[in-house]
Amino acid sequence: MNRITTAFAAAAVSAGLAGAAWAEDTIKIGVLHSLSGTMAISETTLKDTVLMMVDQQNAKGGLLGKKIEAVVVDPASDWPLFAEKARELISVNKVDAIFGCWTSVSRKSVLPVIEELNGLLFYPVQYEGEESSKNVIYTGAAPNQQAIPAVDYMMNELGVEKWALLGTDYVYPRTTNNILESYLAGKGVKKEDIFVNYTPFGHSDWSKIVADVVALGADGKKVGVVSTINGDANIGFYKELAAAGVSADDIPVMAFSVGEEELAGLDTTNLVGHLAAWNYFESADTPANKAFIDEWHKFTKNPKRVTNDPMEATMIGFNLWVKAVEKAGSTDTDKVLDAIVGLETPNLTGGEAKVLPNHHITKPVLIGEIRKDGQFDIVSQTKEVAGDAWTDFLPASAKLDSDWPDKKCGMWNTETNSCVQIKSNY
Amino acid sequence: MRKPLVLRHPSILVFLAVLAVFTVGVTILSTGYGTGVISTSMVKTLGKTLCLALAAVAMDLVWGYAGILSLGQMAFFALGGYMIGMWLMVARTETIVTGSLANLPIPPTAAEINQAVATQIFGVVGSDQFPAIWFLSGSLIGQLALVVLVPGLLALVFGWLAFRSRVNGVYLSILTQAMTLALALYLFQNDSGLRGNNGLSGLQNIPGLDAVPQESLSIWFFWASAVALGLGYLLVSWVASGKFGSVTRAIRDDEARVRFLGYSVESYKLVVFTLAAVITGIAGALYYPQAGIINPAELAPIASIYLAVWVAIGGRGRLYGAVIGAIVVSMLSSWFTGGRAPDVNLGFYTIKWVDWWQVLLGLSFVLVTLFAPKGISGIFDALAHLRPPRRGGTPLGPDMGALQEREAVE
Amino acid sequence: MRSIVLVLALLALVLPLSARAQTADLAGVIAQYRDQIEKPSRQTVEPVVAAIAATGPQGAALLQAWGDRLLGLRKSDGRLVIAAPEGDALHLTDAATGADLGPAPEDQVTLLRPNSGVRGLISAAMAGSALSDPDPKRRAEALEALSRKGDAAQLGLLRQAMDDPDPTLAARKQRLERLLTIQYDTDPAARIAAMQSFGGDTSLEFRASLNPILTTRRVALETIPADANVADELAVGSDIPRDAAYAMLVDAGLAPARLTPQAERATLAQHIVNGMVGGVPVIELGDEAARDRAYTALEGQGLVQPAASEDEVTAALDRFHFLDVYAEPNADVTAAARAALRGTETRIGLMQAADLSLDALSLASIYFLAAIGLAITFGVMGVINMAHGEFIMMGAYTGYVVQQFISDKTISLIVALPLAFAVTFAAGVALERLVIRHLYKRPLETLLATFGVSIALQQLAKNIFGTQARPLTSPGWLDGALTFNDIVSISYIRIAIFVLALVFLGLYLFIMNRTRLGLEVRAVTQNPGMAASMGISPDRINMLTFGLGSGIAGIAGVAIGLFAKVTSELGSDYIVQSFMTVVVGGVGNIWGTLAGAALIGFLQKGIEWFNPANTLAAQTYMILFIIIFIQFRPRGIIAAKGRAAVGA
Repeated sequence: MNRITTAFAAAAVSAGLAGAAWAEDTIKIGVLHSLSGTMAISETTLKDTVLMMVDQQNAKGGLLGKKIEAVVVDPASDWPLFAEKARELISVNKVDAIFGCWTSVSRKSVLPVIEELNGLLFYPVQYEGEESSKNVIYTGAAPNQQAIPAVDYMMNELGVEKWALLGTDYVYPRTTNNILESYLAGKGVKKEDIFVNYTPFGHSDWSKIVADVVALGADGKKVGVVSTINGDANIGFYKELAAAGVSADDIPVMAFSVGEEELAGLDTTNLVGHLAAWNYFESADTPANKAFIDEWHKFTKNPKRVTNDPMEATMIGFNLWVKAVEKAGSTDTDKVLDAIVGLETPNLTGGEAKVLPNHHITKPVLIGEIRKDGQFDIVSQTKEVAGDAWTDFLPASAKLDSDWPDKKCGMWNTETNSCVQIKSNY
Repeated sequence: MRKPLVLRHPSILVFLAVLAVFTVGVTILSTGYGTGVISTSMVKTLGKTLCLALAAVAMDLVWGYAGILSLGQMAFFALGGYMIGMWLMVARTETIVTGSLANLPIPPTAAEINQAVATQIFGVVGSDQFPAIWFLSGSLIGQLALVVLVPGLLALVFGWLAFRSRVNGVYLSILTQAMTLALALYLFQNDSGLRGNNGLSGLQNIPGLDAVPQESLSIWFFWASAVALGLGYLLVSWVASGKFGSVTRAIRDDEARVRFLGYSVESYKLVVFTLAAVITGIAGALYYPQAGIINPAELAPIASIYLAVWVAIGGRGRLYGAVIGAIVVSMLSSWFTGGRAPDVNLGFYTIKWVDWWQVLLGLSFVLVTLFAPKGISGIFDALAHLRPPRRGGTPLGPDMGALQEREAVE
Repeated sequence: MRSIVLVLALLALVLPLSARAQTADLAGVIAQYRDQIEKPSRQTVEPVVAAIAATGPQGAALLQAWGDRLLGLRKSDGRLVIAAPEGDALHLTDAATGADLGPAPEDQVTLLRPNSGVRGLISAAMAGSALSDPDPKRRAEALEALSRKGDAAQLGLLRQAMDDPDPTLAARKQRLERLLTIQYDTDPAARIAAMQSFGGDTSLEFRASLNPILTTRRVALETIPADANVADELAVGSDIPRDAAYAMLVDAGLAPARLTPQAERATLAQHIVNGMVGGVPVIELGDEAARDRAYTALEGQGLVQPAASEDEVTAALDRFHFLDVYAEPNADVTAAARAALRGTETRIGLMQAADLSLDALSLASIYFLAAIGLAITFGVMGVINMAHGEFIMMGAYTGYVVQQFISDKTISLIVALPLAFAVTFAAGVALERLVIRHLYKRPLETLLATFGVSIALQQLAKNIFGTQARPLTSPGWLDGALTFNDIVSISYIRIAIFVLALVFLGLYLFIMNRTRLGLEVRAVTQNPGMAASMGISPDRINMLTFGLGSGIAGIAGVAIGLFAKVTSELGSDYIVQSFMTVVVGGVGNIWGTLAGAALIGFLQKGIEWFNPANTLAAQTYMILFIIIFIQFRPRGIIAAKGRAAVGA
């Protein structure tokens, strides 16, 4: 036993050392996305995106006169492994920034390590908010950049009066629905006009839930569904919806986790007109987006590969990091963090993404209607909305604020004017 | 006068010696207390592996010695982790909260501190109240007691119900699997009071030890894990070696015959099952502070099956076999899936180990079951010239559910 | 009476027309509302639509195109065009004049994307005139639009266009007229009559027309006005909690707020003098009693507003009436609506129970289908095959692969079913030959070895097909649902699964009881030695039986893939439940498996009904129930007796 494990340890360590030895004059970044396990399909796309961005930057002459080198590791959809790999990336591979994580659990797993070792993480996925870490730049949407505008759209444009909040039972739907419930209550929607349901991951038996939603129409109020259903479970849900003959005109479904990739597993003819809210759609008609899609097809050598929202967020994160390093003239975490707040980089859908003092960015909110070909018709696009780390719609969070450059605090209580905590409490 | 345990079973002495050498060796090579050849993340991995080995020893006790193929062991492991995690979260948050509330003009009341801690911990699941099951979470002693009590009690109740109604063999296996599935589904719910899918996180930051860097902490936990493994190994060897052990193995080989001899089969099984659960719980309590996060995915049925796989590959009915299996297979797994193994280019196809490791593991498992039921420890048997008695293939007893000839060696 | 309503309705429609009659040329309207046409919003677009509709037939054509998303801007000159698809290109017509502009490639036109709210308004605006359109399809669409968004004006239009050559549409018009009467007629008697004409109708739209009449508002009043249509007076404490009632008064500014701990704390912080508050040292204030003392002291000094005391709260609550008041002023109408709704309650309850039973039946048949293969391999042969779920998955992927080659969904399904059987039969036979045959005496090891196979197969599927779900689309004739009424309905695909489950039940019974193979299987499982001496080859029989069980799993896979999803984890989602089904039912008995599936299906739906907000909880408690059930009935619902392995 002894011999075997020490042999492994030695092998692992020497591999690490070898890596460090020949990489003197490169700037290293870590890519922490699952390449195996349940999250692989989503996260592999983001790994490829980072690699494409690195290639492009190196073709432009690199950064600070050095080439960028991406260190790719596989945390295998295993949450504790995310923490372990993050520690390895920072302390063994000495990377200057990490691009990674998809699920909130993986981010929460990585947070203590990143904060302990003063690393820098760019997190590219829409999430439930209620967090602001000194060492993380959140380039995905906070709830006020996706959920709230989407609900406003349903209320104003579709006239929805009665709400069904359906979600998979985990933290993002739970928190988002909590925020929406109190937001809707603030808009005068009564408690009995909100129906909430949580289902397990990969749920497939949707008949009763769809029947429950249809039955909500008995009040004579227009019913709308806000779906935070995750991943594969959507397939059964939309199939059941189509079978029950629920058209988007009767009961529109607004999804927060269904994008171009998820629709690939479905026949979309019966889903035409249902909605999704993101900050990016592949169908956005701008020159920047067209160029990005072309690059992507060239890089993956697959002219059919779709692009999606977290890819845009990854791209924005990378560009912001490059700009910040150039501005700071160094890859040192603290200098980069000082430089990055206030920087801007163009979105693919138009407008600029600007890093805010709370380490979130500004993003436009897009609403799309599903088309027959699995793409989205963009029916609404707002101006850039500033990401809010602590939502204004939950009493416990409304008084909280985050301001890293001035107050050096991610959880500032504006009532007592004091910093609740500097490091995150995961 | 009987000889002491370690002299009757020299393998125990050898094992403890190897473990000691390994522990000291890693410490000397570590970043925290030595030359820095082994990185902190590697030390953590090794420490976690030792905890898994302890769980495997317990698994070997129930399966290899008592013939109960429990596919729910990781439920006890995770429960141990949850119990210690509750204290870690509360104590850490309390430090933060009292620190920030102390800045206020009016000193906080106990209720206010409690409220603020609850908001911090449960804000993520939309609650600001401590659920009832956290009643002991403020006390380290209390939660340490729960590390032992909760898995033990669950095993006791579950085992009592199952053994009493004579559920055994594959039925029992499926039932234990259902138990861990039900528990996992329950914990996945946000309302379960243990933060749902988020689980408990940031467990590597030990309250009161903020000044100690992770380099040193990792070694402390590594030592704790090694000591726990050593003690657990001794305890299980002692249980398995005496008269109690003989009866247990007799139950494995022919339950009905032992019952007819007047032994209370159920009590024996219950003791073994509960003891193993307690040991597994302790292993879990040491594992998760090193892993940093625990969530319900940790007790998915697959995790417990892997534990059985390790023990089978290492060799059942041999405690050192279980340890070897757990260490070799889990380290191999992390090596292959970590992307460190070089790809094999066959010209027409490149084998990426990330993709093919699971296939290899599955197939090797089939092969071990078919051709080497004694697993890796069979090699040691061959070295020690231990051979099973030749019985011409006739089974030892009529119970087809138990393992026969090959396991009756010891 | 009716005629007055009609005139009013007509006036409502005509007034905007005449007001804009002077500017009724379409080009002018387009120029005026250009921004709104390009970026319409439901809240502001109504006058625009009305203005365009008022311009005559070309305006109607524009609206039609706008609603169908065929309205666009020509990129070259920004002209508003109607773009009809014509092959790969678009055929353009000037939206303002109707002039033919000839064909143009797609990228020459930016198509406008009005959202569905705007489109709803457009079709509602056009519904009035479309009610007497010669095309029955347009009339049906118009009625559909009316049923979604009707108003008093449209009630008038509808009444004008009641005659319809198509009897179904005529009936539909009749019904819609009565529904709109309930909501929008001005004569209470007519409304009540319309309500009563429905009898105990349970349809959603009837209830949807009644419920808005019964909406209430909660108010706190000192005196009840005589003309108020009161639904209910709430007793404080029982109908409405004390705190909530008092909070209503506070919110309405009718009573002072009570002292909350936060407010107390903030107030105390404002009155710190030399480290003391009201004579209490600040360090001691980490205690509620001390804070109260300090606050009382401050009250005594007159420094703070006294908070409402318990007696004042009681007095205030006594002074006010807490009422639920109907928005609808006419008490007769609300009473009739209430009565009509109450008349539907029992029926609705029964129908909901029926619908839930259908769901449960469907779930049971899915579990049964997933478990029937296992009933053979585990139940009859006693072989525990953890790779059974992966056989289900292989069947589903077979269906997916077949669909890649055969685009006709019906034919592909006909091909996929036997092919899935063949593939998994072969896989089963291979597994039996290579692995299981060597482990017949060691069931625990069979469990582990087949589990190894299961891991390997799952990962193989991931390597071949990727981790993302693959589409498996059912043929058109399985789309939709069998709808009995608005409450009871079941999708055809679920019916198909139910039928398939029945077919396999029959097949199983036939094979086991009526064929040579079945006889030999029973012989071998009961006593292999004796069977062998009778000339039966146990090896061959075991192989065939195992193949049969696996093959059925493959077909189940196609069915499950059709109604849910096809992923590499499809099998592991069902494996534990399948084993449960067999064990709960009683090993070795197909009726037991059936009973087990029914028990689990109905139980799960039952728990879901109790707790509709949390489906995960239902699954948890279902498994918990099964664990406990097995403790008390270890041999399942239908226990095999004696040595008989097969009984049917």
